[in-house]
Amino acid sequence: MQQSASEASPNDHMRDGKLVTADGRPLKASLKTAERRRKIIAFAFVSPLLLFLIVSFIVPIGQMMWRSVDNPTIINTLPRTLEAMQDWDGQDVPDEPVFAALREDLAIAQENRRVGPLAVRLNYEISAARGAFTRTARTVADMEPPYKEQFLDAHRLWGNPDIYQIIKREGRPLTASYYVAATDRRYAADGSIEMRAEHQRIYMNLFGRTFAMSAVILVLTMLLGFPIAFWMAHLPMRYANLLMIMVLLPFWTSLLVRTTSWIVLLQQQGVINSSLVNLGIIDTGNRLSLMYNMTGTIIAMTHILLPFMVLPLYSVMKTIPPSYLRAARSLGANNWTAFWRVYVPQTLPGIGAGGVLVFIISIGYYITPALVGGQSGRMISNMIAYHMQTSLNWGLAAALGSMLLISVLILYWAYNKLVGADIKLG
Amino acid sequence: MEHVDNSDPYVVFDRVQKTYDGEELVVKDLNLAIDKGEFLTMLGPSGSGKTTCLMMLAGFETATFGEILIDGKPINNIPPHKRGIGMVFQNYALFPHMTIGENLGFPLEVRGMGKSEREEKIKRALAMVQMENFIGRRPAQLSGGQQQRVALARALVFEPELVLMDEPLGALDKNLRESMQYEIKHLHEQLGVTVVYVTHDQTEALTMSDRIAVFDDGRIQQLAKPADLYERPENAFVAQFIGENNKMNGTVEAVNGDYADVKLADGSLVKALRVNVGDVGERTTLSLRPERAFMIDGKATPENSFEARVEELIYLGDHIRSRLSICGTSDFIMKLPNAADQHIVSEGQSIRVGWSQEDCRALDA
Ligand SMILES: Nc1ncnc2c1ncn2[C@@H]1O[C@H](COP(=O)(O)OP(=O)(O)OP(=O)(O)O)[C@@H](O)[C@H]1O
Ligand SMILES: [Mg+2]
Repeated sequence: MQQSASEASPNDHMRDGKLVTADGRPLKASLKTAERRRKIIAFAFVSPLLLFLIVSFIVPIGQMMWRSVDNPTIINTLPRTLEAMQDWDGQDVPDEPVFAALREDLAIAQENRRVGPLAVRLNYEISAARGAFTRTARTVADMEPPYKEQFLDAHRLWGNPDIYQIIKREGRPLTASYYVAATDRRYAADGSIEMRAEHQRIYMNLFGRTFAMSAVILVLTMLLGFPIAFWMAHLPMRYANLLMIMVLLPFWTSLLVRTTSWIVLLQQQGVINSSLVNLGIIDTGNRLSLMYNMTGTIIAMTHILLPFMVLPLYSVMKTIPPSYLRAARSLGANNWTAFWRVYVPQTLPGIGAGGVLVFIISIGYYITPALVGGQSGRMISNMIAYHMQTSLNWGLAAALGSMLLISVLILYWAYNKLVGADIKLG
Repeated sequence: MEHVDNSDPYVVFDRVQKTYDGEELVVKDLNLAIDKGEFLTMLGPSGSGKTTCLMMLAGFETATFGEILIDGKPINNIPPHKRGIGMVFQNYALFPHMTIGENLGFPLEVRGMGKSEREEKIKRALAMVQMENFIGRRPAQLSGGQQQRVALARALVFEPELVLMDEPLGALDKNLRESMQYEIKHLHEQLGVTVVYVTHDQTEALTMSDRIAVFDDGRIQQLAKPADLYERPENAFVAQFIGENNKMNGTVEAVNGDYADVKLADGSLVKALRVNVGDVGERTTLSLRPERAFMIDGKATPENSFEARVEELIYLGDHIRSRLSICGTSDFIMKLPNAADQHIVSEGQSIRVGWSQEDCRALDA
């Protein structure tokens, strides 16, 4: 029998009208301690995962987004120049004081070996900058005042007012220039932002192509995955398992093995083309190009992503009792109406889950397009990889990556808005 | 509603057999004629083939042999959606992605009915089951009993002449089940539809049906009105399955017209009505309802009377249930009415128990 606090018997421990435990601590306090200990233990259990997530996911993503606007190089390397450029009119080549400051900055930078990064950074904005800075920096030590003429002699870029505009514009701790470039825009002469010429637009087209290809892959996996999942859900267990193994096979083989087999199948001298030629359907001169273009990427990625569509669909279909279809038919619906009006709507959660999975994965897919995509089958992630590994323009890569991340988040949000509510109700 | 025999039957099962795996007959030689407007219940233990029969009638399973006719026409080749049979499933099978109104509208819509006419019928059908106020809800937002009503309304909204119900009340609690039983019964009387009802709850079968077909092992063991089924079971299975029953095994010793003398294992000789038993020497099962045995207090002289020992007494208010040792069995049940003139008995006491030969039925072994 437990006694409540209000009818405390002489056996209860009381102090100042409050209940206390046997060792004299107030009951509430010791309850709190006990609870806190439980919370700490619970937290201790999840903390490795939390730590892992923070280190491996949240921090890198935060860093990536930071890097897309971070701009320390110019402000740190050319502080005097920026100071001197305060009263520059922004039109013509600046006057002697600016060049004096620039000479000093460059001399110091040369000593500290910081000209390289600066030259690279400015080269993103104007292509002659690397040559101008590295070459001039080597000579600044020998220069005597007045400097302006010697600079103008050292490289033709110093006679171009654009470079001073760029230094002034980018001489700030944060920059928008990576995003300007990533959206196929540029700074016009007057400092305003304008679209690049049609033939120079790369990234937006690539984004568009990435989304379009992902949509095609999504539709293909749906069209292929739905019947497979339906079949699997309605076949006897034995056959369903076999089918499941076949669907999961792509998961179990290495990506390279899979891709190699696609190459064997799809290349110009490959199995499919040879068969078609041998069957007389096409002649040797017109072999289909199924690889190293968009077709190759779409075929290979549809194959790889199919399980992501089939598995959620299958698990949803497995839970739909056959009595729904029977009920629909007994109510007078023919096979097709019963299927379309009663069965398919109930698979929507599976279609939605699989669709989001496939679409989001394919938007960010990198390795398959790189291996079988050729030029026209490349996606935005290949461009990001190019800027990270080859051109080393990490800021631009980060800007492109952030845009990709944000567009995926927007899509997911829209998906939730559109179908989430309905699916949860159903 | 009384079962009428003068018109042609509406649904006929003619020598129907069904096997799923080609090895075992799940339905063996089913012959059944159901009249128009009748409420027929298929009652039987689990696995006896009731659902299979219903599915064959609805068109979701095909008969392996034999023919099923509706209104004189064979339906073996008519697909389910053209049979025009309303059906209520055990799990209701209300479409979860549609509102109640849309669920009811579905059968009307696929029949190409116009919107205004549809709405009218939906309203009427929902009113029939007192669910008008739930038209905009989803099935998941209804209680089990409410879903059941909607399922019923949906099976009736397109005015089928034949409605099949497969354990429609199986998932409901006892009170709800009883009130739904009355509701279904009233709807049946009101609309005059033919109902084939499946259940394994005998009380449900007895209270609702015009006739009951007792299924066991793929066969109809007996097809009769509820009272007949209880009072006059034709075989040992039915006697045992419907209501409470005292069962005694023995051999026919002598036959006198409609009656027989049956010798039990312990040597006692019981006089019984010959219902379903052959000649002298055959094994038989005697069936006696507990309320038909009584204590002999001197005046009455039934054909059968034996010494019994009271093993156990259970007080049940209106009567006292007693378990007796008699004629070599120790689980003989007798109901002692709780009346003023009833003798008080106590456990361990020896009494004399008797019954009429009319009430003791000699059935198959
Ligand atoms: N689709 C099927 N495939 C194979 N065997 C089946 C199938 N459906 C039913 N059976 C078998 O047929 C027999 C009769 O089943 P049925 O469902 O008709 O029984 P029931 O009388 O409705 O039982 P319950 O009261 O449990 O619903 C059972 O032995 C069952 O195992
Ligand atoms: Mg059943």
